Amino acid sequence: MSIIAARKESTTTAQADAENQTAASVTSTPVAPATRGQVDISNVRKSFGVTEVLKGVSLSVQPGGVAVIVGPSGSGKSTLLRTINHLEKVDGGYITIDGELVGYEVRGNKLHELREKDILKQRTHIGMVFQSFNLFPHLTALENVIEAPIVAQKRSKAEARKRGLELLDRVGLKDRADAYPRQLSGGQQQRVAIARALALDPKILLFDEPTSALDPELVNEVLDVIRELAKSGTTLIIVTHEMGFARDVADTVVFMDQGQIVEAGTPQDIFANPREERTRSFFSKVIEPAFNI
Amino acid sequence: MSAIAPPATADTAPPTPDYSEYKLVPARHPWRWVGTVLVAAGVAAIAWSLVTNPRWEWGVVAEWFTAQSVVNGLIETLKLTAISGVLGFVLGFILALMRLSASPLLVSVSWTFSWIFRSTPLLVQLLLWYNLGYLYEKISLGIPFTDVRFFEAQTTTLISQFAAAVLGLTLNQAAYSAEIIRGGILSVDQGQLEAASALGIPAWKRSTRIVLPQAMRAILPNAFNEIIGLVKGTSIVYVLAYSELFYTVQVIYNRTQQVLPLLLVATLWYVVITSVLSVFQYYIERHFSKGALRTLPLTPLQKARKFFATHVAASPTKDAR
Repeated sequence: MSIIAARKESTTTAQADAENQTAASVTSTPVAPATRGQVDISNVRKSFGVTEVLKGVSLSVQPGGVAVIVGPSGSGKSTLLRTINHLEKVDGGYITIDGELVGYEVRGNKLHELREKDILKQRTHIGMVFQSFNLFPHLTALENVIEAPIVAQKRSKAEARKRGLELLDRVGLKDRADAYPRQLSGGQQQRVAIARALALDPKILLFDEPTSALDPELVNEVLDVIRELAKSGTTLIIVTHEMGFARDVADTVVFMDQGQIVEAGTPQDIFANPREERTRSFFSKVIEPAFNI
Repeated sequence: MSAIAPPATADTAPPTPDYSEYKLVPARHPWRWVGTVLVAAGVAAIAWSLVTNPRWEWGVVAEWFTAQSVVNGLIETLKLTAISGVLGFVLGFILALMRLSASPLLVSVSWTFSWIFRSTPLLVQLLLWYNLGYLYEKISLGIPFTDVRFFEAQTTTLISQFAAAVLGLTLNQAAYSAEIIRGGILSVDQGQLEAASALGIPAWKRSTRIVLPQAMRAILPNAFNEIIGLVKGTSIVYVLAYSELFYTVQVIYNRTQQVLPLLLVATLWYVVITSVLSVFQYYIERHFSKGALRTLPLTPLQKARKFFATHVAASPTKDAR
């Protein structure tokens, strides 16, 4: 793994940045160390009606880090992920990316919500991959990939096409560039969706249960692409139920339950020696007894 | 528990005869033939009566079909359809967006508009617009609640027959098309908008490049229904004595007393317009079904080409054998 996980204490408090930096600097890295894509989530709260789905969540992910969020359904994992690109507005707390507030700006001693235009600009630094792919069905695979670079970043069509084909090649789908999403399998669609998220050259990639809608035999082709990305120096934040994958790819595993982070740490810490009873009880349900940790 | 004996027939059954040389005969469907013959006879009888019954007066139909006055009426009908169709759908689009907006005022204004224009007869609306001069003698443009006027005119000179017809048809059409467009927009999955905004695509582009092209699939069949309805619906403006197709033939048959042949002239023109629109509909719908179907169906032209390629080109080889 390129960058070591932030330690438990620091990830849950988001205050021990200095410690994280030290931790990162002692790690040997196979690729150039990532310098962008630091995510800091600070005491974020969010309610839907009377239900509080995020009850003060704090988490730091280092540049180039891979954080995997696991937990029972309804624990707030997806909501937390969606606050990072302001698809979900927070009710309290704040999120910064490389020190820049997401969705807000400081004026005096207040945080003012940004105008739509500025929020959209911020989002171009944050790629997102959805559980249900959400490819645009009326556009081909390549058109899906180049839509945002052309429309949101005003790149030239020729340049966007060249880059789009490179990205499709990277996810192993160069020969399907002209296929429409409905002509592709679920695994292929999700790989196109990953290429689409990469086309804006984001600092951070968010994955919201990227394999949950796939047939079992198609899961691995998507996970393999994400494994490759984990080595590339882009910060990844992944919500998933694939525990084996989480153990392989994560440098931080975050266990959430009932709108809170119960514990966070390296895969070894969380899977082999969970400190909290809730974590232990969750893993005993989702990991088969024969599963070798 | 006794051991289960092997089925008695297994050993004793006679060996299966060899059918490989037998000819296969498909099942017969005698009633299908009876039905086909009856329907064919009915169709033939209708066709025969159309040709042989002199009271249809096909000669008169042919004579008036391309007469200058009828063609002028046809042009007026097409003009009314095009103008009120386009304006109606533009206004309908605005009303649909208002209805889907977050502002309660815009939502209720849009709702009330559709409510009023869908619940009053078009005939009444047309007569009301034409007689607006009775309700408001002058129409003026200025700053409300002051005496400043930029423009002022007699209502009766402003609202001609044409203006009243366009106004009535447009507003009525807008009320219906607003609902059609709203339905189309609602049929697009919310995830599409979410994905587009996560990619940083601006709101206007999200509507025009992502949502509308997908909504068109749901909008088009209903929209063409409306347009075709409007083509014939324009005939109602005869109450304003506006000389479109239907009013024109009425004027003619009142003079010549050839009522049915002249109604037939108008009918045939409506059939022609509808047929042309149906062809447009086919190709436009096909365009917007890109990506919605795994493979696009062949167009009639492509089908014909394929038929000739396989049947006509194949026959010489058959002969050669």
